[in-house]
Amino acid sequence: MRSLANLQGGEKTTRMDIVGVLPLDVAGALIVLWLVLGLLGLALQGSPRFITNAIFPAGALVSLALAATGLWALGEGAGVVVLPLGLPDLPLHLRLDPLSAFFLILLGGASFGVSLFSAGYFRTMAGNTLGLLCLEYHLFLAGMALVLLADDAYMFMVAWETMALSSYFLVTTDHHVPDIRKAGFLYLLIAHVGAIAILLGFGVMQGGHGIGAYTFDAMRAAHLTPFWSSVAFLLALFGFGAKAGVLPLHVWLPEAHPAAPSPVSALMSGIMLKTAIYGMLRVTFDLLDAQQWWWGVLALALGLLTAVFGVMFAAVQGDMKRLLAYSSIENIGLLLVGIGLTIIFHAYGKEALAALSLTATLYHSLNHAFFKSLLFIGTGSILHATGERNMGRLGGLIHRMPWAAMLMLVGVLSIAGLPPFNGFVSEWLLLQAFLLSPGLPNSYINMLIPVAAAVIALAAALAAYVMVKFYGIIFLGQPREQALEHAHDAGRWERIGLGWLALGCVALGLAPVFVIQQLDRVTQMLVGQGLGNAAGGWLFLTPVDTERASYSPVFFLLAVLGVMLVTILTVHRFYHGRLRRGPAWDCGFPAQTARMQDTAEGFGQPIRRIFEPFFKIENELPTAFDTHPRYHGRSDDRIWLSLYLPIKRITEKLSSWVSLLQHGRIHLYLSYTFVTLVVLLAFM
Amino acid sequence: MENINLTLGILFQLCQSLLVVLLAPLLTGWVNQCRAWLQNRSGPGLLQPFRTLRKLFHKDAVIAYNASPLFRITPYILFGCMWLAAAIIPIIAVDLPFSPAADVIALVGVFALARVFIALAAMDIGTAFGTLGARREMLVSFLAEPALLMVLFTASLISQSTQLPRIVEALAHHQFVLYPSLAFAGLAFVIVLLAENARIPVDNPGTHLELTMIHEAMVLEYSARHLALIEWASSLKLLAYISLGIALFFPHGIAEVGQWGALPLAIAVLLVKLTLAGAGLALLETLLAKMRIFRAPEFLGTAFLLAVLGLLIHFLLGA
Repeated sequence: MRSLANLQGGEKTTRMDIVGVLPLDVAGALIVLWLVLGLLGLALQGSPRFITNAIFPAGALVSLALAATGLWALGEGAGVVVLPLGLPDLPLHLRLDPLSAFFLILLGGASFGVSLFSAGYFRTMAGNTLGLLCLEYHLFLAGMALVLLADDAYMFMVAWETMALSSYFLVTTDHHVPDIRKAGFLYLLIAHVGAIAILLGFGVMQGGHGIGAYTFDAMRAAHLTPFWSSVAFLLALFGFGAKAGVLPLHVWLPEAHPAAPSPVSALMSGIMLKTAIYGMLRVTFDLLDAQQWWWGVLALALGLLTAVFGVMFAAVQGDMKRLLAYSSIENIGLLLVGIGLTIIFHAYGKEALAALSLTATLYHSLNHAFFKSLLFIGTGSILHATGERNMGRLGGLIHRMPWAAMLMLVGVLSIAGLPPFNGFVSEWLLLQAFLLSPGLPNSYINMLIPVAAAVIALAAALAAYVMVKFYGIIFLGQPREQALEHAHDAGRWERIGLGWLALGCVALGLAPVFVIQQLDRVTQMLVGQGLGNAAGGWLFLTPVDTERASYSPVFFLLAVLGVMLVTILTVHRFYHGRLRRGPAWDCGFPAQTARMQDTAEGFGQPIRRIFEPFFKIENELPTAFDTHPRYHGRSDDRIWLSLYLPIKRITEKLSSWVSLLQHGRIHLYLSYTFVTLVVLLAFM
Repeated sequence: MENINLTLGILFQLCQSLLVVLLAPLLTGWVNQCRAWLQNRSGPGLLQPFRTLRKLFHKDAVIAYNASPLFRITPYILFGCMWLAAAIIPIIAVDLPFSPAADVIALVGVFALARVFIALAAMDIGTAFGTLGARREMLVSFLAEPALLMVLFTASLISQSTQLPRIVEALAHHQFVLYPSLAFAGLAFVIVLLAENARIPVDNPGTHLELTMIHEAMVLEYSARHLALIEWASSLKLLAYISLGIALFFPHGIAEVGQWGALPLAIAVLLVKLTLAGAGLALLETLLAKMRIFRAPEFLGTAFLLAVLGLLIHFLLGA
């Protein structure tokens, strides 16, 4: 398999070398193409049919081409380009190395499905909104791609801000709704607090070498003292953590994701959060030259907190997109745990283990991009079909929307970490990394790691709970509202988009060996060692050696399917296959209505009860004599109340002090200037 | 030689698969018989589960009007997963050619896959009891599953492998040395076994009392061949868990690599172990009382903490 891949890669290079085209050039051209498509959409806003049926699919093809370019670039060395653009004396630098290439594959692969879905999803939108949205959408994609390619701090920040602003406008597509404006503001605020931290981090990393040291190459060469590199790491962790939704900077996620149109939520959750992971990896392993073990412990602890917090809150949500947003927080937590482990292993010189945990992290990023995008666009189909985001008003959609139900089942099983789907592979790799950890020279870390493994296992098991709730309440059971009888299935474009992402989940689950061979080049670059897969062949995933651990999803699937087939054939061969339909039994209870099923709140109730101290719970219970009994329950985030509201109050107080200076009279302001000048003269 | 060994291995894998599928209802029958004896009843006999299965297979299946394809396929998935789980745990010999395809983490994954499908199928009809059962099953499992994983991790750390045959080999070679970490893990495993197999004190396999049932509430809408497969899968699950317990904590007497001559003895030893384990389970179930549903998380939380403690002890003492 590997030799075949090399052979193909080799052929391609020779052919391309003749014309002198490098992967970076192709990637750059594709990004420009995205921008052109976006502008075209804006120009042609009079013909919405054209935008949905031609521009979005064309954008999807660009995505696919970008993913292919990424795959091509993985085999090549790093390519560097200095653009003749930018400020005077500050040209823009681009670089495509294996790390960028991997994330380009993630971006292209996932956005291909989302863009195809968008072609169907946005068809009901009015022309002028659609034209603007088309521009913002493609600008967002281009911004994310440029973040991955940037090779200097200036270019990085420009791309980062393009990404943040375009996604802000996408989130506030329905800006006439006050709640959505509020959600958009929160998102913008936290994105910028994070951006400031990143900017300061770059400032620290360039090491005071003046204006020429803003390129990433200069940062790589600047050897910082342990103190300053720790400062840079902490700033990066804060800044990228704000984008990724790491506790306690997660508050924007559950607000912004439900507010945005579903394909945008899919892009933000599936891909944009990964750019933050990319940033953390880039800064920690590429730009900073020495890692310290306590960075890893910090990341590990934050990741564990984030993961458990995210999944716990996902379990009690009633809004399907909020539930998925909290689930994204959980997955970001898992990724941060992977990064933390990698830092610890790398700092102690255990490169093979660092390679294993880094592989798990990268693999999980890719998996999350696929299954979370799949589930988010799936909620878009449901939203289109029913106009309802509240799971308590859905139900029984498997009969009305069989395609969406089937394809989303793949996503649900993947995100729940069940074999043989993709979520299981990365979870398996991460747990293997934990199992191989004994023998670190620091006994405190040796104690911490099994506890961390236990917390990971708990989060993974809770994720299954959340996903059973998500799928069961939405698709199974009886429809909870009359209107659901008229729900229609996902359209043609929507099905293709959902199908592509579902296919990705299955393929990533079944071919881990191939994926890991590709990932090897990234781990080689970051921690100096690849995982390799010498012993297992292409069927068996063996991260260390065959005696130690192996897993073969293909055999696993064949075995389960084989056993099922034998059972079905035997049962139908030796017994009759007679089947009757009747009313549901339900212990003989005669009057069953749809209202007797569990609501989303009901299904989450045990979690709320077990983890009671973590929630701020408000319950409104009817008394026995209420003529219109009403039950209302609400679980809030304590962090919002105990951290953000005080900060908000302090900010308001500070600004009220500042406003003491403001009177709106010009002579007062002139006297301020005068006083300042006098003071300055007195001291100079 | 390689080829002969592989052929023998595959033959053996098939034999074990057939053996477990026939042994599983017998084990359930034995546990029920023991329980009857302990409760001063005469009991229906060892073969009662087979009679029940035969009766169920001959009946006409009745399913609800709004049952989806997911509902109909789930019994087969459940049966397939449990059969697979029981077939890959080395209980007679460690030469199992399928074992590299699924290690202990994948084994936990198989159980989880089956559980998610049965919970989804329970929600499919949309009855009050179905969703109640699904919710409770997921509640019990989200604590039991990590506990099981931690138990398996302790064993994996001792044997330096997550492959079941390697774990069993490593543990079988330490003749009756009690690992302190395994002692904690063993205790946690018993609790997980009780919870995951819907036994007292977490659930009662013999009840249809609405307010207490978990597993039975989920399968309430199933009948005939579907129900038969689910019942069979449940007994396979019990067998799989008990064999896992035997493999982890009492592996002595198992036939090792290439020792085909030791097979008859290994089978005899296994039967004795299963008999004792079944009797022990019946005794536990008779002595314990069913607990309220919200006591179950505390009970399973104990298991989780015990398992983590076992793991920590392994890290501290290296044993």
